[in-house]
Amino acid sequence: MEEDVRVDKKINIKGLVCPYTFVKSKLAVEDLEVGQVLEILLDSEEAARNIPKSMEDHGQKVLRLEKINETDWIIQVRKDKE
Amino acid sequence: MEFTEDQLQRYSRHIILPEVGGKGQKKILGAKVFIVGAGGLGCPVGYYLAAAGVGTIGMIDNDVVELSNLQRQIAHNTSRIGVPKVESVKTTFESLNPDVKVIALKEKITKDNIKDLIRDYDVVVDGSDNFPTRYLVNDACVMMRKPLVSGAILKFEGQVTTILPGEGHCYRCLFEEMPPAGLVPSCQEAGVIGAIPGVVGSLQAIEVFKLILGKGETLKNTLLIYDALRTTFRRVKVPKNPDCPVCGDKPTITELRDYDAGYCRI
Ligand SMILES: [Zn+2]
Repeated sequence: MEEDVRVDKKINIKGLVCPYTFVKSKLAVEDLEVGQVLEILLDSEEAARNIPKSMEDHGQKVLRLEKINETDWIIQVRKDKE
Repeated sequence: MEFTEDQLQRYSRHIILPEVGGKGQKKILGAKVFIVGAGGLGCPVGYYLAAAGVGTIGMIDNDVVELSNLQRQIAHNTSRIGVPKVESVKTTFESLNPDVKVIALKEKITKDNIKDLIRDYDVVVDGSDNFPTRYLVNDACVMMRKPLVSGAILKFEGQVTTILPGEGHCYRCLFEEMPPAGLVPSCQEAGVIGAIPGVVGSLQAIEVFKLILGKGETLKNTLLIYDALRTTFRRVKVPKNPDCPVCGDKPTITELRDYDAGYCRI
């Protein structure tokens, strides 16, 4: 796990369900420059499983996936591909 | 431009595609597509373009809806018999998607108006039902350097090709001159199974999306032939003809003509 990642943008998608969890996350990544990092706060277990896989499929790098409390996860994604 | 919440939902299945994304969807929303004909092909092409959010759709057709159209022209309906076809599709498409503006032109496309009509559009779709119009649209698009997605249907067959002037073939590279009127099927022979324009129009819509998005390979230098009875798709290579009378090295057709002959309209 990388502790000192510099996060360039944070989004909170708690309450959203598939596919809007990924729609919002993907749009946020599109707005970044290559090399920048997005941090996603979410509370859907399904999305916590699927977003990292979809991000990797789209050519991005998942730096961190962590359950931070009873209900929430954090995902950090670095934009590797335009 | 930021998406509204409604747009995020409406276009979510586009946005999650790697080839589209938010950027591609914004290209679609900003695109302008001109469709010749609001009949068998124009209906499904326009339907999918409207559903996808193509921002401006120009449609030209001089006919009104008739009962015999409804077996295949899916954007019209029984209550619109007698209504101009372009008004009918405008109502259908704009109620399907409020992001879409349909510019409805109830007139004939001619050598005198076509250049001004297509000038401001990104892509032209030919969904016309007759050879004179097909050649007029081809020649105008070559002269104006407009990408053209051409489709044709008859009986249980359909054809699609994408013409990128300056890069690939044109319709005259394929068939230099119109067939003589006698060789074209007469009205009694010119039936078509109702779902054929659905297949061909959907293929044309996909070609338009690839052009708007700049993704994938189009039917440049290729004629795609669908045979519904045998359930086959055949790709025929169509090289650009250096002696083509309109897009060749020394074109002999340098201004538009109208070709009026006794053709049956399918
Ligand atoms: Zn040619």
